[in-house]
Amino acid sequence: MLAYLIRRLFAAAVMLVVIVMVVFGIFFLVPKWAGVDIATSFVGKQADPAAVEGVRQKLGLGDPIYAQVWEFFKGIFVGRTYSGGGDTIQCAAPCFGYSFRSEQAVWPVLTDRFPVTLALALGAAVLWLVFGVAAGVLSALKRGTLWDRGAMVVALAGVSLPIYFTGMLSLAVFAFGLKWIDAQYVPLEDSFSGWFGAMILPWITLAFLYAAMYARITRATMLEILGEDYIRTARAKGLKEQTVIGKHAMRSTMTPILTMLGMDLGALIGGAILTESTFNLPGLGRAVLDAIRNQDLPIIVGVTLITSLAVLFANLVVDVLYAVIDPRVRLS
Amino acid sequence: MTAPLHEPTAETAPSAAEEAALASADAKAVQGRSLGRIAWERLKRDKLALAGGVVVLLLVVVALFAPLITGILGQDPDEYHENLIDPLFGTPTGSLGGISGDHLLGVEPVNGRDILARILYGARISLLVGFLSAMVAVILGTVLGILAGFFGGWLDSAISRVMDGLLAFPQLLFIIALVSVMPNEMLGLSGSSVRVFVMILVIGFFGWPYIGRVVRGQTLSLREREYVEAARSLGAGRVYILFKELLPNLVAPIVVYSTMMIPTNILTEAALSFLGVGVKPPTASWGQMLSSAIDYYESDPMYMVVPGVAIFITVLAFNLFGDGVRDALDPKASR
Repeated sequence: MLAYLIRRLFAAAVMLVVIVMVVFGIFFLVPKWAGVDIATSFVGKQADPAAVEGVRQKLGLGDPIYAQVWEFFKGIFVGRTYSGGGDTIQCAAPCFGYSFRSEQAVWPVLTDRFPVTLALALGAAVLWLVFGVAAGVLSALKRGTLWDRGAMVVALAGVSLPIYFTGMLSLAVFAFGLKWIDAQYVPLEDSFSGWFGAMILPWITLAFLYAAMYARITRATMLEILGEDYIRTARAKGLKEQTVIGKHAMRSTMTPILTMLGMDLGALIGGAILTESTFNLPGLGRAVLDAIRNQDLPIIVGVTLITSLAVLFANLVVDVLYAVIDPRVRLS
Repeated sequence: MTAPLHEPTAETAPSAAEEAALASADAKAVQGRSLGRIAWERLKRDKLALAGGVVVLLLVVVALFAPLITGILGQDPDEYHENLIDPLFGTPTGSLGGISGDHLLGVEPVNGRDILARILYGARISLLVGFLSAMVAVILGTVLGILAGFFGGWLDSAISRVMDGLLAFPQLLFIIALVSVMPNEMLGLSGSSVRVFVMILVIGFFGWPYIGRVVRGQTLSLREREYVEAARSLGAGRVYILFKELLPNLVAPIVVYSTMMIPTNILTEAALSFLGVGVKPPTASWGQMLSSAIDYYESDPMYMVVPGVAIFITVLAFNLFGDGVRDALDPKASR
């Protein structure tokens, strides 16, 4: 188990380096190849030439690319000093960039927004795991029945609806029409009930989409596993159906579900952009949207970076859980 | 023999009987049936998939002839009808978002553009991006998947790592990042056409690993089959084996995965336009209509319902059709 853990940690460290390079590539190399001036897009389009030149020097855009990557990477761990154009800006570690437009470091913006997104993602994940997996398992066990077909029709509709449309519909019906809830976001510190009321629709909306996906996949996986030899063996040796399903089939069904959960949760923690913009929640996703509108590229760089790290972390957790669920993983 | 994956159920029983009947008919007059024919026979029995297919076909026709249809209706997607707008609230006069004989789906708030005309033109963007980005993904995925599966070794490891990496990361965010650093003018294109072009490339780029993974797996298993070995022993070269022996057997999974990819791509395009990094106004797109409708969900709910339902119907139709094609081409797969 320890050897397995060390291997996974090492792989994660390698991935971390790759991620930083990819993110750097997206924001600094791709625009260069496409013929866009990077300094201008970092300041915003209406900046004066002097400011653009200052940012060019601060980011070291004239330096060789390996030096730029190194500065970018180093900043995350030890902080970074931006100097040039007549002034110097300190960006303390972990430096995820500096927004020249709003004149603030990106990291505090990210940590400010993070709790909202985390609450949204975790709350929704609980809902969709419970309902999605339950619906999928029941559908597989009652294959071909009215319940199965009904659940699958709902699931198909769920994956075909854009999340912002379901969100807007739910707002129109429950917040505006029936006036059951006040959709205005209230921080948790101010009022628990206000916060809960504002979060309930986003949770349900987000969970509906994912529950639909999980139900479809759980059903398919479960059906496949129910046809396996070891299930027949378990039944043949006289185990109770409850044990066959609960112990033997469920365990194998949960492995792919867990992998998906790791990826989905990681991606959502980095910002449920569509959900947050529909419900106007001040999370990381909303920060991206605001950054798009204000042409504040450093914020987008920061969120992309932190999301990738969240995915990396979530995958690491999943790998460890995998080893707990499935002993074969530890041995290989 | 292992237990059959699919026990006959009420749903599949009649089709099994039909197949038996077909088999006995075949016994009398021996007649070869190609894979395509078998798949078509199966697809024909799947009413939901057929319905999805018909809707998809209709949508394609509507998108192709959008200018003609709006011309017949006497509407223009960019023409303002401010006389139909309540000057006080900015919302359309009349009930249900200004639905009338002239404006079958009503008009937009504030400027009064005809919603039906904009929906029809929006279909062009959605389908164009959906299809072409799937094509980019299929081309990249097939080429790289075959390379990885056929040649193996370090090439396989490298391609597989890249695929794992691309699949693991939050695509929407990366797509937003890439689209937002792209120039406003490139290759002689400008305005919305640049955005459409960039979206096709970027969505396609993030989609290829889905195809690549399947193609790689199939190639790996096909490579070891007896018929490939037979071809090799007869002196067939690598190129011949690739194109004549492997590729025909890869067509089915490629078709399945590309049909299932189109609806996802359509949703991604709509999401990008919704977030303001997709096509630029005044070009009509469904996602962008929904994003402007967000300010009116209280006063003019119809404005939000129409594009939302348009996306829903389109994606649902593609999903139904895709599921049907999958079941028809690969009856063993239950996903």
